[in-house]
Order: sequence, then C-alpha cells, then structure tokens
Amino acid sequence: MADLAMDPRMELNPPLVTGGATYAEVTETISAITENPPPKQWYWAMGVAIPLALMLFGCLAYLVINGIGVWGNNSPVGWGWDITNFVWWIGIGHAGTLISAILFLFRQKWRTSINRAAEAMTLFAVACAMIYPLFHTGRPWRAAYWLFPMPNEALNMWQNFRSPLMWDVFAVSTYATVSALFWFVGLVPDLATLRDRTTNPIRRTVFGLLSLGWRGSATQWRHYELAYLILAGLSTPLVLSVHSIVSFDFATSVLPGWHTTIFPPYFVAGAVFSGFAMVITLMVLARWVYNLQHLITIKHLENMCKVILATGTIVGFAYATEFFIAWYSANQYERFIFMNRLFGPYWWAYWTMVSCNVIAPQFFWFKKLRTSIPVMFVLAIFINIGMWFERFVIIATSLHRDFLPSSWGYFQPTWVDIGTFVGTMGLFLTLFLLFLRFLPMIAISEVKGVLHHQINSQKGGSH
Amino acid sequence: MLAPLLSKLGMAGYEAPGTAPKHYGVVGDFDTPEELMRAIRTARAAGYSKMEAYTPFPIHGIDEALGAPRSPLGRIVIVCALIGFTLAVLLQWWTGAVNYKLVIAGKPLFAIEPSIPIMFELSVLLGAFGAVFGMFHLNRLPTYYHSFFNFTRASGASNDRFLLAVEAADGKFQAAEVQRFLESCGSRHTELVEA
Repeated sequence: MADLAMDPRMELNPPLVTGGATYAEVTETISAITENPPPKQWYWAMGVAIPLALMLFGCLAYLVINGIGVWGNNSPVGWGWDITNFVWWIGIGHAGTLISAILFLFRQKWRTSINRAAEAMTLFAVACAMIYPLFHTGRPWRAAYWLFPMPNEALNMWQNFRSPLMWDVFAVSTYATVSALFWFVGLVPDLATLRDRTTNPIRRTVFGLLSLGWRGSATQWRHYELAYLILAGLSTPLVLSVHSIVSFDFATSVLPGWHTTIFPPYFVAGAVFSGFAMVITLMVLARWVYNLQHLITIKHLENMCKVILATGTIVGFAYATEFFIAWYSANQYERFIFMNRLFGPYWWAYWTMVSCNVIAPQFFWFKKLRTSIPVMFVLAIFINIGMWFERFVIIATSLHRDFLPSSWGYFQPTWVDIGTFVGTMGLFLTLFLLFLRFLPMIAISEVKGVLHHQINSQKGGSH
Repeated sequence: MLAPLLSKLGMAGYEAPGTAPKHYGVVGDFDTPEELMRAIRTARAAGYSKMEAYTPFPIHGIDEALGAPRSPLGRIVIVCALIGFTLAVLLQWWTGAVNYKLVIAGKPLFAIEPSIPIMFELSVLLGAFGAVFGMFHLNRLPTYYHSFFNFTRASGASNDRFLLAVEAADGKFQAAEVQRFLESCGSRHTELVEA
C-alpha cells in the first residue's frame, strides 16, 4: 500500500472503494445488511417514520371526507402548500436520476456507491409528490378520468392537451414509470446475488422470482448493458424535461413573477440542488447506521457537495436575473411583485430562502468544510428548507397580490396542510427504511466493476 | 399440459422429450476475469465455438472474445419510441381537433408547439418500455429454470467467480477432453453439467 499511496494517479483519483476490498467482501458487506437483523437505530427511525406516515393517511382521509376546503387554499391563493410540496418532492427526485443517468453517461465512476439509494429516493419522492395533485382533485378515485385520456361515456369529453397541467401529468407519470423501470433493471443482477446466497426458503423464493432467473451470462450482460445505457440516455433528457414542464405550469400563465422564460433552467438547477442535499442527508445517515465508510467514502460526499455548490450558485444567479429582468422590463406589475417578495408580507419566507439557498452552499468553496460530515449535514438540511421556501415564495407571493387590491389576501396553512406535509416525510422515510432493510442499498455488480477497474490500474496493467 | 406450450414458447427446460441433449456442457470455474478471458481466447483458438461465460459483473471485451454479435436492442427501442411519438400526435390531434372540438382561449385546435411535451414524453415512455422489455425478451427473462443452475458452483457467478461453459451443443464437444482443456486453462473446479 505504501508505494500505492505515492502513485501520483492515486492523489488525483483516490480509490472509490477503500480498504483493499475483494469481490466477495463487496457481496458480503452489502448483502449482509439485508440478511441480518437491522441495527437499533433502524427501529428508532421506524418508530418516528411510521406514526408520521399514519398521520398522512389520517389527514388524507379527513380531506376526502370533508373536501379540499380543509386545506388553506382559497381565493386569491388557490395553490398553496399542496403544489409547493409537489414541486419540492419532484425536485428532490431529480438528484437520483441525475446520479443514475447523467453521471453514468459521463462515466463518473463515483456514482456507483450511491446510485441505487439515490434512485430509490427518487421513486419515493415522486410517490410523495403525486399524492398532492391526486388529492387536490378531492376525489382521487375519479382522478384517472380527469388526468388521463380514458374513453368514457359519463363525461363524453377529452382533456385539454393545450394546457401545461396535462403536460405535467404525462411528464410526471412517465418519469415515475421510467425511474421505476431503471431502478428495477439495475436491481436484477443484485437480486440474483441475494437469491444465490440465501438458505432461507422464503428469501430464495422471493428473490428467485424477482431476479427473473438472472444467470449473469455474457449474452445476458451484453443486452443488459445496452439496455442500461439506453435507459440512461432516455432518462437524461427526461429528467431535464420533467422540471421544465413543472415550471411551465407557472411560466405559461400571465401572472407577474411566474410569466418568465428563465423558469425551466432555473427549476431544473434548483431541483438538482435540492435533490443532492437530500441525498447527502440520507447517505450520511445510512453510512453511519450501517458502517459503510469504505464504500460511501468522503470522496463521494465531497463530490456531491461540489454539485451542490455549482447548482446552488446557478440558483442564486437565477434569483438575481429575475430581479434584473423585473427592473429592466420596466413593467410596473413585474417590479411590484419582486419588491413585494423582498419587503411584502412574505419577506420572512423570502429571506429564509435566500439565506438557505444562496449563502449556505457558498461554504462548500472550502475543502475543509465540504469534507466535514457535520458541516455538510447541517448545510444540506438548510438547503432542503431553503428549497421548500423557494417554491412557497414563488407560489404564494405571486398569488396573494391579485390584480385588484380588493381581492388581496394572505395564505395561512391549516393543520391539515401541515399534517399532510409532515406526513409525506414520514411516508418517504418509511419507504426508504424498508428499502435499506430489504434490498441491496448499493449496486453490488456495479461496485465490483469499479473494483475490477481499480485492481487493474493498481497493477499498472491495461484493461 | 403446460409443458408443450412452454416448449413452443422456447422456455428452456421444456424442450420436447427426446430432443433435449443429456448434458448442458462442461463448466469451469476461474479466479479472475483475466484468467477467464485467457481461457476464452485459448478455447476459441482450439476451435470451440458454443461457449458461454458467467460473471458477477460485465467484463469489457468479453463479447469480442466470445465472438458474440451486437445486441439488436437499439433498433427495438427506436421502433418503440417512434410508436410513442405517433401515438402522441394522433392522441392530441384526434381528441382536440376531430372528436371534441373546443376552442379554449382562442388557441388552435391542434398545433405542433403545445403538442411537443407530450410527444416527447410518450416517445421516452415507449422507448423505455422497449429497452426494458426488449432486453427481457432477448435475455429470455423470466426463465426460472436453466440447466446452468445444475452446476454445483453456479452461485459463484453472482459473487466472485468467473465461469466458462463449453456447451454440449458445440460440434467439437467431448466431455472428458473439454474437462481436461479447461483444467489446463486454470479452472479451479470443472464439472460435466446435466441438462
């Protein structure tokens, strides 16, 4: 190891799997998590998550029984926390796809330790997001008729495909479906590993069925690798399109503060920004609970901090651009709405957003801070909060000052709003903890591929 | 009753009785991908052609070594994506401009610009279905029975072993000879596997 440390290539590219692991150790470390009883912390976390998830179901039942009047949405703020939470959750999902697809296309090998968990996070975040538009219909069991073009006798009409809300339905449902497929395809070889290891008949049956009889033959890998590459290639424009289309919900309206062309790139950058903050939050906890420091190294976390710094700076720049354009447009409504954001009734939300999203990531310029686990954890939490406020500021400030001062208002959430939002966090956490418990949280076969590459380059040989 | 149907569908292990070979082939077990690659190259040079490697992760260059053709998956995906695109055009045009004409905000009943997002989404959606289910089809997944699993160390292929099977279907197949050959290539454990 001594001469390895002196190798200049190692200084530029420190190993992604540390501790001189072997293939069998990688299998053992990751599979054992799903085979052994979970650590105590897992039960504590579940003890928090499950009651919150139950609260979500309670709040949703209350909403269905009483109608959507139980939320704080009312004229003039017809979209309140529901769409704020929707956009926030969808945005969080974007980091998972970015890691699994875009970093794959860019051959960023460091993604392999975190992509599985990040993709799981995407799925669960999108599931949480979809709750809001579904329940905002008030009658979720009928929502399919309104959202999807289902031929039917009762309504005898079709959706308006010229509306960005319909584009959003297609974008989000495509995104959820493709993310789930991508995740499952990635899981198949690892499920076969779990199937082959186990002596437990239930596990063997379940993983045997789920792994579809995967053998790991060269023929299978050949089609598999191409399928994975194509899915990555399809998911890359898809993930960029999803938040662009979410931003069209706002940008195609004629409301000051919403009607801007900057929205698509600004929303995508913000989505990646918030998503990486959530990945850091979850990964720091997961590697601590399961002792995965040699697989999820400080280098992985530092790289994510760098992505946060880059996207956070783009987001800050977008805020400045919005203000510049509001001034430069010389449009008094546009100018008013932006001054109102700074100093109006929602000034506290605006300044929370700026402190969390513009100032917090700037600490990552310093290597000492972006390699410190407590610092990055705290900053990631701040960014999660800041990005929620960003969506709230965009939605509430533009709506609460209507064109007629007589219809001005102020949005206040009800207890159902708060309970539903906190509840989705419980649902998200429950699903994520179940995933950690029962499925390989790190892509076993991919880490072995990286390890093979690493062993070869250490030997100085070609591959 | 199910067996003839499954054999028609080409499900492995359900071949019509009498036609199935008695043995799957001889499987050797190697320590590293490099040894496996060397064994494949030597075997190809020795004239074996029906071979299959089983590995815990994809190995760069193994397809060329095995002489495998390129995967046709790309073409499947393009066709599926084009079907998705066409569906999106037809759906938006027929519902908006033919079956249910309703002028909203003076917008045209059908135009390219507002139709682009759904055209894109449905192309991606069907393309992704093509990629996943096309791959499943090409790999014959799910296949819950395969004679490779009769190899006593088959589970190594999903952990840290690199296996090479010379199949009985190979014209040059002679069980004892193949066994000796794989051992000479460095196989740790070689076995004649039942079909």
